[in-house]
Amino acid sequence: MYGNAYIDPKKANNSLVNGEDPIKLAEFEARIASGQKVEPKDWMPAMYRKQLVRMIEQHAHSEIIGSLPEGTWITRAPGFRRKLALMAKVQDEVGHAQLLYNAAETLGKSREDMINDLISGKSKYSNVFNYPAVTWADSAVIAWLIDAGAIVNQLANSRGSYGPYCRALERICAEESFHLKYGHDNVVFLATGTPKQREMVQEALTRWWPPIMHFFGPSDKDSVHSETLMKWKVKMASNDDMRQQFLNMYVPKIWDLGLVLPDPNLVKNEETGKWDYTEPDWEEFKRVINGDGPCNAERLAVRRTAEENGRWVRKALNKSQNYVTPLS
Amino acid sequence: MKIISLDPRVNRSSINKTEETVILEKLDQFQTYEVFAQTKRGTHHVHVGSVHAANENIAMLFAKEQYARRGECVNIWVVKTADVSATEYEDSDIFDTLDEKYHRNPESYKVMDRIKAYKEKGNQ
Repeated sequence: MYGNAYIDPKKANNSLVNGEDPIKLAEFEARIASGQKVEPKDWMPAMYRKQLVRMIEQHAHSEIIGSLPEGTWITRAPGFRRKLALMAKVQDEVGHAQLLYNAAETLGKSREDMINDLISGKSKYSNVFNYPAVTWADSAVIAWLIDAGAIVNQLANSRGSYGPYCRALERICAEESFHLKYGHDNVVFLATGTPKQREMVQEALTRWWPPIMHFFGPSDKDSVHSETLMKWKVKMASNDDMRQQFLNMYVPKIWDLGLVLPDPNLVKNEETGKWDYTEPDWEEFKRVINGDGPCNAERLAVRRTAEENGRWVRKALNKSQNYVTPLS
Repeated sequence: MKIISLDPRVNRSSINKTEETVILEKLDQFQTYEVFAQTKRGTHHVHVGSVHAANENIAMLFAKEQYARRGECVNIWVVKTADVSATEYEDSDIFDTLDEKYHRNPESYKVMDRIKAYKEKGNQ
């Protein structure tokens, strides 16, 4: 699962191609325009490399941190089958992180540096995972709707230009289809169950709707970067378009279960064919992504402790080695 | 102060709230191995990705967990990334010469034309 990478438009340097060799740049752009993929050792503009590292790294961190809110319910999953399924899903998420770290490494940033930047708070991860999974129903809503959002995003990105990222996403998307089915199954089970179960899933949905609306990030149509990043096939769809696609696919399915979404303005506009909704609270989004959310401290502390506790094992195993970046 | 979590596993770990960070040294996460998997007998092994590991045995274990969790595999190879020799994409013109080697191409052999011409000549 994954949330869209958040790029602060204010920090943007609006000339992505400053100082690049015009001939090499033209060849690079022609390759992408013709549908060819870029491979690790190809020449690429410095900003292409930088944006991709940031994006893939954030994606990897999101997978590994994203396994924490769901993992909250492993020990108390209702029944053995659900416990096994949840463990399998969490293992998939951690596996996705490994695939993505490898893809980012091919661009020259070491895994150690990425983990250091995660734990120090320098690198971000998807904001939704700074919220708690209060009940079992929250884990069901996450597995269904956050993973659904992730699939919209990942399918778009899998058509991007960087070979190693596309290959990782192909594998990831295949596994996400299990997550989506598993999550939907859990939500439907609760929504069609006892009044208490319906109440649980409704409450979880109400809690998670604002983070879900934040999931694709603020509107970036007017971002100075968007045009170049789309030409380079780093960014494949605007945040608003992905949010629309998600709403179009999933709001009807949610309403079909008789569940209520906590936004009175949410309606499909018959004229534009798009969904109208109350603008999400982007101030809260910024506040949480910058560290002040309900679970930020816990998520990073758990990650830090895992690294600390595993250190002696890694040290015992670490004979003199020779690191080279992964090939592809 | 300890972290109070909804997750009993976190509470059991008794984690301190702290501003401290850990710094992983270079190679803390080990070198990488490239993984080749065969999906069924009779097919080629295909490169599927890489894993970080301290040695071949652990690389094999991680490769199995990472790339063969759903029974789509019958055999795996792992090899240290550092031991792989590869061509450079910028030198890919070395492969261009293949097109010129028409003598390798079955369609460049036109025996039927020759037989036909021979027969026509004989019938005259």
